[in-house]
Amino acid sequence: MIRRYVAPVALALPLAACGLNSIPTAEETAKARWADVQNEYQRRADLIPNLVSTVKGYAKQESDVLTRVTEARAGATRVQLSGDDLKDPAKVQQFERAQNAVTLSLQRLQEAYPDLKSNQNFLSLQSQLEGTENRITIARRDYNQAVQAYNTRIRTFPDAVGAKIFYGAKPMVPFQATTPGAETAPTVNFGA
Amino acid sequence: MTCWLRALLALVLAALALPALAQAPSEPSFPKLTGRVVDDAHLLSPAQVQQLEQLSAETEKASSRQLVVATIPDLQGYAIEDYGYRLGRAWGIGQKDANNGLILIVAPKERKVRIEVGYGLEPIMTDALASVIINQTILPRFRDGDMAGGIVAGAQAIADQLKAPPEAAEKRAQEAAATRVKKKDGIGDWMVAAFWIAVVVFIVLPMLFGRRGGRRFGGGGMPPVIIWGGGSDWGGGGGSSWGGGNDSFSGGGGSFGGGGASGDW
Repeated sequence: MIRRYVAPVALALPLAACGLNSIPTAEETAKARWADVQNEYQRRADLIPNLVSTVKGYAKQESDVLTRVTEARAGATRVQLSGDDLKDPAKVQQFERAQNAVTLSLQRLQEAYPDLKSNQNFLSLQSQLEGTENRITIARRDYNQAVQAYNTRIRTFPDAVGAKIFYGAKPMVPFQATTPGAETAPTVNFGA
Repeated sequence: MTCWLRALLALVLAALALPALAQAPSEPSFPKLTGRVVDDAHLLSPAQVQQLEQLSAETEKASSRQLVVATIPDLQGYAIEDYGYRLGRAWGIGQKDANNGLILIVAPKERKVRIEVGYGLEPIMTDALASVIINQTILPRFRDGDMAGGIVAGAQAIADQLKAPPEAAEKRAQEAAATRVKKKDGIGDWMVAAFWIAVVVFIVLPMLFGRRGGRRFGGGGMPPVIIWGGGSDWGGGGGSSWGGGNDSFSGGGGSFGGGGASGDW
């Protein structure tokens, strides 16, 4: 009698053991962390127009540095990365590059106007920008940890079995760049 | 037979223990959360500690927001922004679902100060406001050598801002706290464990051993079944005591994501 019940249970257990649930869970976690990363980048993109107009009001004339910030921001908002693109290293790299360009242009901006430090409005924006960069760092670190957990899961026993058979799961791409602009060599322009 | 049983149980337990062994990233070592004020760098007098503890207790009573003052003797080479959010997560300051914790961190050795703001408090204690408090209230006193005065004045300014009306998530957390019966966390986990043990004892074992010598199941012979813990993470039910009391204080499990501001002197 009991056999009739045993068979389904006995079949279900190895399935659960092969990551039937845990692999999608890990994947969704990583995707959620990715959403956090994008969220923080968006926050930065939202701050930039304020920053640019503050600097404009201060400097009275538009400079190259300022245009470059605006351009980099526009470029970065054009590169969107959905959760499914996270397994495509090329797309992730493209996203990183676009965001790094923004980081770099913002650094240039601060170097170009050293005396802005006395401007209260600018200081307030500056503190928000710093906070945002800090949040980006943390969100990226959390994302990388989630990706590592997912990648480890799909490559180790027993979940590797299920990963291969049921999902054909591919590893996700962690954020590589540690220093902003590490891959894009800065172009030095003495004329500017 | 008992030997087999023991081996199987060991296997089950090993499977359950696996998630707990998951690697932890490298972390600095943090001081113990001994109370609402953790004065490890010894900058405050006992009277000032008491004053700050009372301020923090009042804030939490009024809003469920947790305010902690920490003086850290050594940041161990970490940037204060990096150290701060890890400290907040390690201590779990703020209520679990509202993430409404805040830590005022002072590192006299590195001459750094930071207001670390939990996720849920970011709209209330904005980066800009945190920066203003640091630059206008705390740092002038620090520069005059009045460490304790800067900390107390800063904490006071923070507490004033934390009196702002609660956010939606905090309201829910407060209501949950009010209706929460003192039930032990982790009961559910034990029921799951009991279920699996029952499965092992009543179904798997008879299947493995009961048919010895008799007809084999389905003719083909059943492979031995290994039970994994279903991937549920087996966190011990701790970390949920509500830090509302006067004597014992603990974090509510809130999390941090880098909000706030830093300054140096």
